[in-house]
Amino acid sequence: MADLETFRGETRAWLDAQCPSTLRGQDAPVAAVWGGRKWQPAHPDQRVWLERCAERGFTAPTWPKEFGGGGLSKDEAKILAQEMRALRLPPPLLGFGLTMIGPTLLQYGTDDQKREHLPPICRGEIRWCQGYSEPGAGSDLAGLQTRAEDCGDHYLLNGSKIWTSDADQADWIFALVRTDPEAKKQEGITFLLLDMETPGVSVSPIQLISGASPFCETYFENAKALKKDVVFKVNAGWTVAKALLGHERTMVAEAFGSGEGSRATLAERARRYLPGAEAAGPLPDATLRDRIVQVEMDTRSFALTMQRSRDAAKAGQQPGPESSIFKVVGTELNQRRQELLMDIAGPQGLGWEGEGFESDELDLTRSWLRSRGNTIEGGTSEIQRNVIAKRVLGLPD
Amino acid sequence: MELILTEDQELIAKTAADFAAERSPVARVRELRDGRDATGFSRDLWKEMADLGWVGIPFAEAHGGADLGLAELALVLEALGRTLAPEPFLSTVLLGGGALAAQGSAEQQEQWLPGVVSGDKLLALAYQGPESRYDLAVTGATARREGDEWVLDGEKIQVLDGHVADALLVSARSSGSEGETEGISLFLVPKDRAGLEIVRQIRVDHRNAAGVRLSGVRVGADEVLGAIDGAGAILEQVVDRATVGLCAEMLGGMQQAFDLTLEHLKSREQFGEVIGTFQALKHRAADIFIEIELARSVVMAAARAADEGASDLRQLVSLAKVRCGDAYVHVTNEGVQMYGGVGMTDEYDIGFYMKRARAAQLTFGDSSHHRDRWAKLGGY
Repeated sequence: MADLETFRGETRAWLDAQCPSTLRGQDAPVAAVWGGRKWQPAHPDQRVWLERCAERGFTAPTWPKEFGGGGLSKDEAKILAQEMRALRLPPPLLGFGLTMIGPTLLQYGTDDQKREHLPPICRGEIRWCQGYSEPGAGSDLAGLQTRAEDCGDHYLLNGSKIWTSDADQADWIFALVRTDPEAKKQEGITFLLLDMETPGVSVSPIQLISGASPFCETYFENAKALKKDVVFKVNAGWTVAKALLGHERTMVAEAFGSGEGSRATLAERARRYLPGAEAAGPLPDATLRDRIVQVEMDTRSFALTMQRSRDAAKAGQQPGPESSIFKVVGTELNQRRQELLMDIAGPQGLGWEGEGFESDELDLTRSWLRSRGNTIEGGTSEIQRNVIAKRVLGLPD
Repeated sequence: MELILTEDQELIAKTAADFAAERSPVARVRELRDGRDATGFSRDLWKEMADLGWVGIPFAEAHGGADLGLAELALVLEALGRTLAPEPFLSTVLLGGGALAAQGSAEQQEQWLPGVVSGDKLLALAYQGPESRYDLAVTGATARREGDEWVLDGEKIQVLDGHVADALLVSARSSGSEGETEGISLFLVPKDRAGLEIVRQIRVDHRNAAGVRLSGVRVGADEVLGAIDGAGAILEQVVDRATVGLCAEMLGGMQQAFDLTLEHLKSREQFGEVIGTFQALKHRAADIFIEIELARSVVMAAARAADEGASDLRQLVSLAKVRCGDAYVHVTNEGVQMYGGVGMTDEYDIGFYMKRARAAQLTFGDSSHHRDRWAKLGGY
């Protein structure tokens, strides 16, 4: 334990010394850093902070050092996260490289693939996107039709992917493609890596109800994929896909289930909007107050369940069945929170743009609309419940 | 706090689960009910549980106890909750014993606790009057000083295991008005004291409780527990700890009710298939699973918070009670529904769980009470 405390002290001192002051406090840029060839920093110091962290392995703290990670233990990584939070430092880098394809390559990639792809991820040089869903294959993901035709030293890709998050900003894509159209549907799928600048790849953003376009449709027309970029084995892509979905669901749950962060509590927001609300004491709207309690209680229960799972993992136990609930609970909870935030704001929760609304009120509308996607992306809530019923409870098909 | 079981705790859980399955099947609850058993539980089995060290788990070694925590006791209660064992852990160990351990003088503790730990003495806490609902500061009884003595008058309802307790710990208003935390005192009243009338109550869950009338009951200064007028906060702490124990019991009960329901879903055939293939039932089963997993996390957290004296203990107790109360009721309602017609029959066990779920929901504060408490503790 003494070693961990030493690590904590050194880490805190390093973080405090190295994070540029421009990235901290009220006036810090809010735009997150996703890196990649097309990335334009909102503030030049974001690049400084990224480079310093990457140098020390802090963008991917638990990955092996030889691939650009920090080589930290889980306990050390937890301390790093705690110290980052305590100093209110922005994460140096986010992205699917760190949360999805990286962990998957560490599990299934060859040494060559790890050496080629992991260090640029850690340095924020390459941004990744995910080519899973297709117009005809949503919840029935294994029904995907994008064809990869074996042409000897390479594959020729034809087809399209949909809901590719930020494909227009990404440099590489990891995609599921059909290599054997004759096989049973899960068995003819291969997991491929492809540079988005490959001729024959094109992207078109999709406008959502929130007004934003975070998702794209991605088209492949005779795009050449190299055989060295197959992950794991040909026609065994479904195994890799499922492992990656596990990383994705954990990520989505953690992103949405954690609750407030540094924002105002629900009760504080209610005091701002409810007529007749005093600075203290019971809120004047008893029904709304009770709804706030229910969301707070469910948020705490969920956080404790995530902690239970983490504590078990730290003690070297296998992940228990509780981990299967994270995605469905975290996302549905976030939707309830977003709706409650709208209801708390009342008529001020109806802003789209322009005059008459505060900027945090406009954010509210957009994030409420965005949250509706949480229970669809990464496996719908219905699919999650199917998985629990089948895999955990053993109910028959 | 860490939300995992230590090896020692795993062992307690395993031993208790085996014991409950072998020695305390649900059939026993049925027999006690059908035989109109005067005690309502088994004194022999209680003695065995004491010999196993479970009754003494939270008590000091000086009194024969194990000096362990609620985290350990919760494991025993969860296992016993699975088979609806009616033995008096809540009344004797957590409520009566809890109050004595927290506030009793050295003499009072020496007089009662070794007998409690050995399984020979039973206690009950009479905290609830006809007008209390869930407010511990409404006691339903008064205490008036007369010379060196105190005179108690009033009425108590649903005193858990009050019909067999060797002594009642009685809350009464010694000053101020009902509803105020200040001015409440606790008295230790042996069962045969003049003016004490105890009438057994029969409840829907076949658990044991009694109505108590106090008519000029005289207690000595040495039978006051803790400080006069100062028992309000203690009462809350004691009932909070008992609430965590009840939640652990509920966790075991809901898990067993769900296991029974799953077995039914996997074996009952309709339309030529087992009904567990129907998605309308699968998704509801998944929802139940989710609720039980969340409940398990909060029960573990609340028990550990109590053992560590965490500053947010009261919030966690209310959280656990809401979570477990709502989940247990939901799981057992769904269980009866999924069993279909036979779920309504006395022959099947699922109905026993539904009754217990309802009773547990309405003990120590229902969900609206605890949601309100959560909001108050949060300052809104």
